[in-house]
Amino acid sequence: MDTESTYSGYSYYSGRSRGSHRHGEHSRDRHKSRSKESSRSEKSVTINASPAEPLLGEQSVRGEEVQDDNWGETTTAVTGTSEHSLSQEDIVRISKDLDDSVGLDCKRYLNVALSVILGLVVLLTPLAFLILPHLLWPDRLRACGTACEGLFISVAFKLLILLLAVWALFFRPPRAGLPRIFVFRALLATLVLLFVLSYWLFYGIRILDSQDEDYQGIVQYAVSLVDALLFIHYLAIVLLELRQLQPFFSLCVTRSTDGATQHYNLGQLSIQRAAVVILENYYKDFPVHNPAMLTASKSRTAKHLAGLKVYNVDGPGGNNAAAGIAQSQSRAMIAAAARRRDSSHNELYYEEAEHQRRVRKRRARLVVAVEEAFTHICRMQEEEQKKASGDVMDPREAAQAIFPSMARALQKYLRTTRQQHLHSMESIQQHLAFCITNNMTPKAFLESYLTTGPTLQYGKDRWLARQWTLISEASVTSGLKDGTIFLLKCIDFSLVVTTKKIPYIQLAEEFIDPKSHKFVLRLQSETSV
Amino acid sequence: MSFMPGQPVSTVVQRIEIHKLRDGDNLILGFSIGGGIDQDPSQNLFSEDKTDKGIYVTRVSKGGPAEVAGLRMGDRIMQVNGWDMTMVTHDQARKKLTKKNEDVVRLLVTRKTLEDAVRQSMMQH
Repeated sequence: MDTESTYSGYSYYSGRSRGSHRHGEHSRDRHKSRSKESSRSEKSVTINASPAEPLLGEQSVRGEEVQDDNWGETTTAVTGTSEHSLSQEDIVRISKDLDDSVGLDCKRYLNVALSVILGLVVLLTPLAFLILPHLLWPDRLRACGTACEGLFISVAFKLLILLLAVWALFFRPPRAGLPRIFVFRALLATLVLLFVLSYWLFYGIRILDSQDEDYQGIVQYAVSLVDALLFIHYLAIVLLELRQLQPFFSLCVTRSTDGATQHYNLGQLSIQRAAVVILENYYKDFPVHNPAMLTASKSRTAKHLAGLKVYNVDGPGGNNAAAGIAQSQSRAMIAAAARRRDSSHNELYYEEAEHQRRVRKRRARLVVAVEEAFTHICRMQEEEQKKASGDVMDPREAAQAIFPSMARALQKYLRTTRQQHLHSMESIQQHLAFCITNNMTPKAFLESYLTTGPTLQYGKDRWLARQWTLISEASVTSGLKDGTIFLLKCIDFSLVVTTKKIPYIQLAEEFIDPKSHKFVLRLQSETSV
Repeated sequence: MSFMPGQPVSTVVQRIEIHKLRDGDNLILGFSIGGGIDQDPSQNLFSEDKTDKGIYVTRVSKGGPAEVAGLRMGDRIMQVNGWDMTMVTHDQARKKLTKKNEDVVRLLVTRKTLEDAVRQSMMQH
């Protein structure tokens, strides 16, 4: 995992009614970064904000071509908890969203307010330590000598470095909304708070009450506070960023509908953080979920048990025998199905062979059509552009000009491979214009249609699953362990994740002297005497 | 005959006396040898143990003095005229067999069937 794209600060919220309110983070100006979030919304896992949206949003998620034209405008507000432990069905969950979306905002504002307050307190405390003596007992204060003024510079620069470091670590737009609090962050915030409070306590009792005249000592005290804050920031980096870099577990992620599997190596993370990493990689690694591909197996399974009916010859028995009858009925069906001469494997084989043939034929026609279409266009050179003869087109018009000649072949191919719902005509033309602009060959243009790419490749309205549920037996803030299994469920399918520990590798050394490579000939002579 | 490194080789041997045939300027015995401590024992076709580096008879020419004297293909030569043949190089073995001033070579050879025959005859008693 690269270090730049790791966690941003302030997006981990507690579960709706369960978590505590402690989310102190070093953040500021959430309002300023809110506008940045809308542009980054493709990376964060969010749900639409307005209360009326979720019902409509659920339908569009189900994959129909719903008018999602105002998609860009409605997702500016980040509501956050889009990953949460499942406890009820989908509908009930959505309706809970309706109730809680209002309460959620209040909680978020509370978090933001707390973290801003903590940040301000932390950053202004050293300055307060330095200024208060001048305000309260300026006459009794010993003059600040050279060494003391040197310490002012050091305080200033350290505060600047602290400010920059806090900005770098914590001022990042949120990637995802987690169900429970981020334990490390909460611990760090508590630590900082206690630390600052204890410093204030000491300051209040020993310096303010006694009105100490030694200003140099006070300045040194402020410097020690800033030093300690920098060390806490170092601790924050180690706990939040560095600890999870070294790979420790290997996670195997399988999609439940079609078995697509990937493996990821992660460090020591909590389950919810691991879930976020997996989901980010899901969009780039897994081929797009295509429900049309699953219908064939479903019809086959339906056929297996069809045609078997169970008749109860002995007549209805007593009530206590009813359960026994049901059980014996199902056993009888299984036995009969096993004995029956099933030729469905034959059907499957020939059907698949036929399908392959058809796909290959259509593909050949498509490739030829596209190559021919591309020959109609040629790029105009700079000099020729000046002598602007008529009929000069920009990429979009050029795409529209050659599109009709390949449209039919492409349409037929997409229909055969059951991809037609993934590409709209508009998107195809856009892609064509893009390829023409960048001097791509027909093969490059076709690549996105011939192979099913990852979900990222398709338009944002195709990202059917953007609301995920984390289902786990262990607590989601607990760390990953060998054998942890959890599910990431979205409406259409779920991802099953199993964890395995990377084994401890014992590496031994063997030294080979370069002069030790010697060879002899193998002889077997035969002499006649 | 099993070979244990460092232990004396004990086996049943047969005495064979070959009279060399004069063919022009050469004295020929009529067989070919293979093996030796400088050779690769794993390519020896006749040895039981593929680490055996002894001198083996690989070919006996038909009607030659060796065949007449009773030498068979696959025999291992243990001694030639008193000279030991169990730990010699291929060339040393050849030299001991083709000494120009000797007309007769007396070999001690061993083969698997000798030991079986001895054991059988011992069992009969």
